[in-house]
Amino acid sequence: MEVKSENYAMLSNFEVLGLLRDIQAGRGQKKPNKYQSNLATITYETIKCLENWPCSHHSAEGITQVMKALSKFKLTPAEKLQLINLRPSTAVEIQLVVEESEERLTESQIEELLDLIATYLPGNEAEKEDEGEVMDEENDIEEDQG
Amino acid sequence: MFVLVQMKDTVRIAPHLFHLDTMDAIREALNKKFANKVVYKVGLCIALWDVEKVEDSFIFPGDGATHTIVHFRFVVFRPFVDEILIGRIKSCSKDGVHITMGFFDDIIIPSDSLQHPSKFNEQEQLWSWEYEAPEEGKVDLPMEIGGDIRFRVVDETFVDTTPSSPEDIKPMAPPATAVSGTSLPITDPATKKAPYTLSGSISEMGLGMVSWWNAG
Repeated sequence: MEVKSENYAMLSNFEVLGLLRDIQAGRGQKKPNKYQSNLATITYETIKCLENWPCSHHSAEGITQVMKALSKFKLTPAEKLQLINLRPSTAVEIQLVVEESEERLTESQIEELLDLIATYLPGNEAEKEDEGEVMDEENDIEEDQG
Repeated sequence: MFVLVQMKDTVRIAPHLFHLDTMDAIREALNKKFANKVVYKVGLCIALWDVEKVEDSFIFPGDGATHTIVHFRFVVFRPFVDEILIGRIKSCSKDGVHITMGFFDDIIIPSDSLQHPSKFNEQEQLWSWEYEAPEEGKVDLPMEIGGDIRFRVVDETFVDTTPSSPEDIKPMAPPATAVSGTSLPITDPATKKAPYTLSGSISEMGLGMVSWWNAG
């Protein structure tokens, strides 16, 4: 085995989740058979983990649009990737991801960034609302039964 | 967090797999070899991304299998140094906090990289951050097991786990108290090292338990 390029490209969580879901469903690549327990394990564990993260709500168009919108902020590719993967919702999180953010970004720019991310990349909030509704429904059912 | 790594490898396809489509057989062989394995200085391999080029296959005398050089790209978990990740606390010990990503467990935050000042509660075996709130005074913020934690990757360590020569392996102490009939592990668990370890830090604003920063 020979490694030709150790860091050919960086992948976003969204892309990895897409690939793994394809593998599990047998699209493009074949489904892991019984001799491929390694692949089956890592696919299952990684999907389980990625599904809890914001990337499970993203869409390819949303990411393309965010990348276009982010180009004016002069961020490095790694910083953009982390913004998409982590989907920060507070200024503190942006300061963590962007190095020397005080010098490179003004306060209004940080707010603009947060707005952009909130518009193009849907997060967990929507899901939480849904969960709340489901809970309510369940309660209703219980009440009906009672 | 994930990177694409370009690799080249010789794939051996045994005769009993000749009825398969060659590409399917190659994909299967590559996934079987690399998925869920740590490659030294590369990272934890997740799954095959695509096959770029397949060279001519060879048959060697005395072996019915085909040997094919394949150029391919693999998805690898390898966060870069300074990347921010969100994991889950697996356990706490005096040495620090152990974190799991779900598919990758060897992440540790050493005790000196926790929020300052932090203390270890011996009774509950938990670390907590003694936060000095401006108004309420000292507040103990515990780091509960199973909680989501945001941290920065500060270092990565690869250990070459390829078997070394017999002289390098320390002779094991004879198992004096071994109960007959129980199978003994061949390798000493103490000498089994993780091939890829990440060390992290949470001593910054915004890092630590996700819940610490959401409330405000």
